[in-house]
Amino acid sequence: MDLSAIDPVVLIASLMVAATPILLAAIGELVVEKSGVLNLGVEGMMITGAICGFAIAVETGSPTFGFLAAMVGGAALSLIFGVLTQVLMSNQVATGLALTLFGLGLSALIGQGYVGLKPPATGQLDLGPLSDIPVLGRILFSHDLVVYVSLALIVGVWAGLKYTRAGLILRAVGENHEAAHALGYKVVRIRLMAIAFGGACAGLGGAYLSLIRVPQWTEGMTAGAGWIALAIVVFASWKPVRVLLGAYLFGGVTVLQLNLQAAGLAVPVEVLSMSPYLITILVLVIMSADRGRAALSAPASLGKSFHASS
Amino acid sequence: MTSLLTVEGLTKAYPGVVANDHVSFDIAQGEVHALLGENGAGKSTLVKMIYGLVTPDSGHMTLRGAPYTPAEPRAARAAGVAMVFQHFSLFDALNVAENIALGMENPPPMRQLAARIRTVSETYGLPLSPDRLVGGLSAGERQRVEIIRCLLQDPKLLIMDEPTSVLTPQEVEILFATLRRLSAEGTAILYISHKLEEIRSLCDRATVLRLGKVVDSCNPREKSAAELAEMMVGAKLVAPSRAGGDLGDVVLEVAGLTLPAATPFGTTLRDISFSVRAGEILGIGGVAGNGQDELLSALSGEAHAAPDSVRLKGQSIGALGPSHRRRIAVLAAPEERLGHAAAPDMSLTENALLTGAIREGLAARGFLKWPAARAFAEKVIETFDVRTPGPGNAARSLSGGNLQKFVIGREVLQRPEVLVVNQPTWGVDASAAAAIRQSLLDLAETGTAVVVISQDLDELMEISDRFAALNEGRLSPPRPAVGLSMEEIGLMMGGAHDMEVAHVAE
Repeated sequence: MDLSAIDPVVLIASLMVAATPILLAAIGELVVEKSGVLNLGVEGMMITGAICGFAIAVETGSPTFGFLAAMVGGAALSLIFGVLTQVLMSNQVATGLALTLFGLGLSALIGQGYVGLKPPATGQLDLGPLSDIPVLGRILFSHDLVVYVSLALIVGVWAGLKYTRAGLILRAVGENHEAAHALGYKVVRIRLMAIAFGGACAGLGGAYLSLIRVPQWTEGMTAGAGWIALAIVVFASWKPVRVLLGAYLFGGVTVLQLNLQAAGLAVPVEVLSMSPYLITILVLVIMSADRGRAALSAPASLGKSFHASS
Repeated sequence: MTSLLTVEGLTKAYPGVVANDHVSFDIAQGEVHALLGENGAGKSTLVKMIYGLVTPDSGHMTLRGAPYTPAEPRAARAAGVAMVFQHFSLFDALNVAENIALGMENPPPMRQLAARIRTVSETYGLPLSPDRLVGGLSAGERQRVEIIRCLLQDPKLLIMDEPTSVLTPQEVEILFATLRRLSAEGTAILYISHKLEEIRSLCDRATVLRLGKVVDSCNPREKSAAELAEMMVGAKLVAPSRAGGDLGDVVLEVAGLTLPAATPFGTTLRDISFSVRAGEILGIGGVAGNGQDELLSALSGEAHAAPDSVRLKGQSIGALGPSHRRRIAVLAAPEERLGHAAAPDMSLTENALLTGAIREGLAARGFLKWPAARAFAEKVIETFDVRTPGPGNAARSLSGGNLQKFVIGREVLQRPEVLVVNQPTWGVDASAAAAIRQSLLDLAETGTAVVVISQDLDELMEISDRFAALNEGRLSPPRPAVGLSMEEIGLMMGGAHDMEVAHVAE
């Protein structure tokens, strides 16, 4: 076994890439859940985004159009969920599960003609001399635009929820939709916007997988990333910074175990493959062990249907 | 006095019921105007129309001489109409300042808002810290949040829906001082309450609604509470009476009951001790959220306590679950009718089965005896005059008063040795409340030990032999209810929750 083959700088840089799809999906789902909606269709929206982005990028030759199409695709799929649960009052859990199954099937159908193709390459963002800084330059300043977008989203969502009026209203709707309605806020409209935002983020995350991280199209390529994103939101106690931590931890262990496999560590491959899931859940459970405080940050109306009665 | 708001011929119909039928009245500037009526008389619908939550089918309103048709609460607030809700429209996980900002059109930045909250709360004698989480506030403090939210917008008309139902007598005094001050400054107040004595002391004029129509208007100061009640109900009310039999031996004994809170916003019960004798009614008062729900669950068996902390005739039952306690005739009726005392979507027969199965023998060897269950439900319906088409109807379809009669009756008919009820007449109209109280008195007459937990002090004074108050999970020593003054009761309930009464006197 040769551990010296693992370069920590490369490891950190690649964990950021590995974590970005989950990070994007999780921050979108965080906003959705903060508005009081539980959308279990993240996996379906991610894979739909993956194929929409892939197909459009291949057809137009432009990864940028691909990413935009992925966001539109994810948002469109999420709005099916939104209309069903918010307007037609269907059960959120059942509808979310159905959305995942629907998304997996739909993406397989769209993707039939795209198996084995290579997408146009997405260039690194040219940050000039910054990326020439030793160590830091390689870790921080040598990525593509989407990695920075995902980090900006984390900061934006954190600040938006905490400091802006829109964020306050969103939290209020998720906390007590009856009271928010009594004060004159449009609960359903606000939730639909949050759902669409979550869908767009999940779609972008999916396209990052198919256009940059892998990069090619295979059926079911998200392989449970959407579920991990859902778990991260809950175990991160609905806090953006902890979502970042959880996603990077997951990405880190994923990259590390691949390196360890390559280095020939004498542990069954299956154990290594499951380690990212195990370790991420374990760490986040320990972090959210204080039940009283976790209950405080959970949106109180999460998963409940709202119907204006008055 | 000039008229501030005029309401003319306002009508609103819902499928099957006309909630408001050509309602007309007016409110003058600076006037405290009472809206009287039983549950279902249409008071809530009327104020919702004034606040823009409900659009009237016909009729029109005039505010300060101009036509007033608020399409949504936002428009009403912009026109100077503010409302304090009966069930507070607050967000537990947000702090006081955030809650207030949500109710404002153009809130200033948080830091300025916090400063303004402090100023206004000082001016009106309603101390409140802007950065406390609302989930941790007492009911009185929560109401202060609502009131300050309204005051920050300089309302011309303030609507208050049942504001005092959750306050201690001292807190009511402070609220009234605030309202009188506002009225003196020219703000009109539309005041809805069941409590007739309060209306007599506070309001200048009263409009009485019955079944959606205005039936009368009067100066409440010139009427007695009994006369006002008759105007509301449209019939004479009979006050509950009791024969006053002898008390038996101690049946239920609670000693040193301590129970940690089950939820982050719950209350921890601390060292609670009392005893109830056969034929006695112990009234337990206190403001909501001081351990009422927790005490009920400790007595009903939903929460497990130390075995010796609850005893039935000397036998330790503290660690027994609800089914065990039912078997030995310790029964309970919790506060929340829909969801705790009754399963909303199940029929009355099924609900009768849920608590009656053990004592009424409605199940045998794991199978249900439907005919017996139905007969038991019918017996409850008949004995307690529950107005419903039949036992097959869902619990949800009954009005609050009727369902409450069913829930209490179901327990009373199971011949309990100990009956614990929480808020037996909460949100129930006057005649149903009188019937429920009478049934509790009759039950005590037959030798049952009854514990009544309630926030309605008049009710407790009317039916209990001894009175004790819950305050932050502690129970005051019980005292004979006869001759207890409101002042003393207020002190037992913990006074005015760190309020500085001095501010109001200024």
